[in-house]
Amino acid sequence: MNSNSLVSINDISRDEILDLIERARFFEEHPNHKILDGKVVATLFFEPSTRTRLSFETAVNRLGGRVIGFSDASTSSSSKGESLKDTIMMVSNYVDLIVMRHYLEGAARYATEVTDTPVINAGDGANQHPSQTMLDLYSISKTQGTLNDLTITMVGDLKYGRTVHSLLMAMQYFNPTFHFVACPELQMPKEYKEFCDLHGIKYYEHTEFSPEVIAASDILYMTRVQRERFSDLMEYEKVKNLYTLRNSMLDVAKDNLRVLHPLPRVNEIDRDVDDNPKAYYFEQARNGLFARQAIICKALGIDVLNLKGDE
Amino acid sequence: MNTDKKELAVAALRCGTVIDHIPSSALFKAVKILGIENMDKYVTIGNNLSSHKLGTKGIIKIADVEFPESILNRIALIAPHAKVNIIRDFNVVEKRPIKLPDTIVGIVRCANPKCITNNEPMRTRFTVVNRNDVTIRCDYCGHTVKSDDAIID
Repeated sequence: MNSNSLVSINDISRDEILDLIERARFFEEHPNHKILDGKVVATLFFEPSTRTRLSFETAVNRLGGRVIGFSDASTSSSSKGESLKDTIMMVSNYVDLIVMRHYLEGAARYATEVTDTPVINAGDGANQHPSQTMLDLYSISKTQGTLNDLTITMVGDLKYGRTVHSLLMAMQYFNPTFHFVACPELQMPKEYKEFCDLHGIKYYEHTEFSPEVIAASDILYMTRVQRERFSDLMEYEKVKNLYTLRNSMLDVAKDNLRVLHPLPRVNEIDRDVDDNPKAYYFEQARNGLFARQAIICKALGIDVLNLKGDE
Repeated sequence: MNTDKKELAVAALRCGTVIDHIPSSALFKAVKILGIENMDKYVTIGNNLSSHKLGTKGIIKIADVEFPESILNRIALIAPHAKVNIIRDFNVVEKRPIKLPDTIVGIVRCANPKCITNNEPMRTRFTVVNRNDVTIRCDYCGHTVKSDDAIID
């Protein structure tokens, strides 16, 4: 097991989060830095995720490294029945770093246990996706100038959305106030509310996406309400448009408010919001590149902050 | 004495291990954890015996076997108040409660069908997150389960 691996955002401390944000900021200023010259990184995508894979591969390429891998399990030997362990052991022989996405939960944790090569979890089923959380944190920090004392409103699918769960847990160090806006079927699970209670985090639950909530927020974190989450399709039809953000709703918002969304969006953010300067979701995705460059360097034990001017 | 007769009804043991104060509902899970079905020693299993503490209880007596602590402690998952008696020459030489370990390796199957442990040839590992109601969390997928509901292999 390599201690530089990143499996879950819960494995890293407040200081490590702040350090990664500082590194991400560095890469935003210097995106092309040939510090991975001679390094080979594997991107093993047992489940397709074009957005995440391209972001990681771009990060490696911009740092001067090379990439091998596959983008779909059907083109890998796991389709022949090879175990995950065997695939990881084999790939470990070739590369300096493994970035992996898997449809099974806990797959990345298990991979770290079978190899000494560092592993970055790029999503394991509904479980963890720490690079998404890091880009969310970087986006929040960048737009608000701080992570401390912010009011964050999470909207949509709070029951199954892993991005909101991970963000909630990572924010524990920064004294946030949360508003949870969701229909009764998709409310924040009890375990996360207990987590807030345990850490003295203030939260308020709403079923209505009201102007008061928007006016109080620094960050609006929108998520997609997926039809397949509903046992009763009538219920889905009833709620699917209740949590849609429209441009006019942002009139009451504070100047510093930014709208985040992990993407892809469907109809939970109206297209007319896109031109509002408060819409931040496309830049948020771009920040993913810098956050991933930071995560890759940390996993390889490269201290980028001492390399300044080395471009 | 009356109590002696009760004891004799479940056979006295010359040497071996007695595990007492197992909740009746957990008795057969305990039998499974100890792997008793594959043993060729004398085994006595009693269930629904009256108990002041538990209402009814189960008891397991195994002749000529002393289990390693790590195996006995697994019983704590389902019978947190069980007591272990080590018998030598008809005397109880050691009597101790069972201790719940911090980590449970093997024996419990994760209830999450999408957990890696249900899809790879590997051992499960759980961390005890609540000792009062014995809640355990899968180290891989994070799924939590109360041990009463745990699937034991």
